[in-house]
Amino acid sequence: MIKTSIEKTLDNAERLNGELNSFLSIEREHAVRQAEAIDAAGDDLPLKGYAIAVKDNICTKGMRTSCGSRILDKYKAHYDATAIERLNAAGAVLIGKTNMDEFAMGSSNESSAFGPAKNPWDISRVPGGSSGGSAVAVASGVVRAALGSETGGSVRQPASLCGIFGLKPTYGRISRYGLVAFASSLDNIGIFGREAEDIAKVLGVIAGRDGFDSTSADVPVPNYSAELGGEIAGKRIGVPRALFGEGLDAEVREKVEGVIENYRRLGAEIVDVELPNAKYCIAVYYIIATAEASSNLARYDGVRYGFRAENAGGLRQMYFQTREEGFGAEVKRRIMLGTYVLSSGYYDAYYAKAQKVRAMVKRDYQAAFTACDAILTPTSPSVAFKLGEKSDDPLAMYLNDVYTVSANLAGVPAISVPCGLSTEELPIGFQLVGNFWSESVLLNLAAAYSGQFPIDAKPRIYAD
Amino acid sequence: MDVRKVAKLAHLEITDDEVALYTPQMAEIVKYVEQLNELETVDFEPMLGGLTDEGAATETDRADVVRPSFSQEEALSEAPAAVAGHFQVPKVL
Repeated sequence: MIKTSIEKTLDNAERLNGELNSFLSIEREHAVRQAEAIDAAGDDLPLKGYAIAVKDNICTKGMRTSCGSRILDKYKAHYDATAIERLNAAGAVLIGKTNMDEFAMGSSNESSAFGPAKNPWDISRVPGGSSGGSAVAVASGVVRAALGSETGGSVRQPASLCGIFGLKPTYGRISRYGLVAFASSLDNIGIFGREAEDIAKVLGVIAGRDGFDSTSADVPVPNYSAELGGEIAGKRIGVPRALFGEGLDAEVREKVEGVIENYRRLGAEIVDVELPNAKYCIAVYYIIATAEASSNLARYDGVRYGFRAENAGGLRQMYFQTREEGFGAEVKRRIMLGTYVLSSGYYDAYYAKAQKVRAMVKRDYQAAFTACDAILTPTSPSVAFKLGEKSDDPLAMYLNDVYTVSANLAGVPAISVPCGLSTEELPIGFQLVGNFWSESVLLNLAAAYSGQFPIDAKPRIYAD
Repeated sequence: MDVRKVAKLAHLEITDDEVALYTPQMAEIVKYVEQLNELETVDFEPMLGGLTDEGAATETDRADVVRPSFSQEEALSEAPAAVAGHFQVPKVL
């Protein structure tokens, strides 16, 4: 019975949430009703009864979709995102909406208006962000897979910090219809999985062209699950040695060096590649992402939906007060930065310049992929840091994304794969970046690695 | 950077405490992103979309047919204030 297993999943989610704060809402009534309908219909579906958690910036009809923000605290979406519609049709059961940095702006989950999710390996530490709640829901054993979103690493970084798999697909692979916009040219829906196979299953269902998102591409969707188990021997893995230097934690470096050796032993060919403009990616990202955010978040004005400040004298004052009271500090900082870089007299110096460097970053990747099938780097420069450790220093927080943002700038797919624990028993992950539409290659490399070098340790907080 | 002026452009009414907090933070971030100035970019066009060739080539027109949409009631149901089929805002004049 699907209903029995879904009820157990819901019990686990509820039981662990007091400590982990990974769910902003647990949708018991909806999930049980859907499970009953699946049991009654008895159809054979690709994700029949598969429990899934969804980041709270993906619209779910009739359910709260808060984006981790006070300004949308009570907002209920009127429609399902395309990804949700496809999951429902495939028999998956949405069990709840997960915690996140406010409007997906952050790398630690600490900018959530509802308190951070906690890392199940050590609850005094961050789970990463912005899709921290989804990462925790998978890492703590509540669900096998969850949806997150990525603008600069918001799936891969928390996957790494929580010891699970996290995929950012090619831009245009998964429809963004119903994903609340942050920076539209960088945003993607991404997938967390306990194994690479979980990601393959979910991706196969939700990927593909959608008439409601003009940036979704008309590219055939392979059967990712069937393509798993491919040969590693002869695959060329590129290593950009220059990125293994300054700023990278010694223990993380050692583990990732070990991964390179292990791939060599599995028969892969290791080649040197260069990404000469990698060091500029954070700067490019924080210009483009904030500029697009300042435009996208202009819609929150207290008129059509969401929070409205009370007792504002006049319309203009109402806009100002609503946004002042409704947004948290990180969101305001980014809206203002975006407003600044787009303002008259500065546009060419910042925004146009950043878009040119973005073109250089894409060219660098295209050149690198003539010599290799995937590029291997760490996912995050360090293991999970302590709650509060970086929350007063926005620039230090931004530098967490140093390995991940470039894939969003170029639009290429990338996956984070767990590869072991630090001496403090905190997960370490590595990243594989692939050429456009090469999700199958990445999933294969990831699955082959974890098949040969599995990690048996479980987080301290885990639902069995 | 005049943070108060930028806040006004962004429709944010920020407090004096926030001005004191954001001014040095934003100055630091702006200084950081200005490292892009050391790069020569004359050979590159700004990348304003078209990330993938396949995406750029995708036919995005939909057939121009009438399809059901939200009812007026649904469209207004999340509004902080609505009256007689309209969004309601504080008095403008």
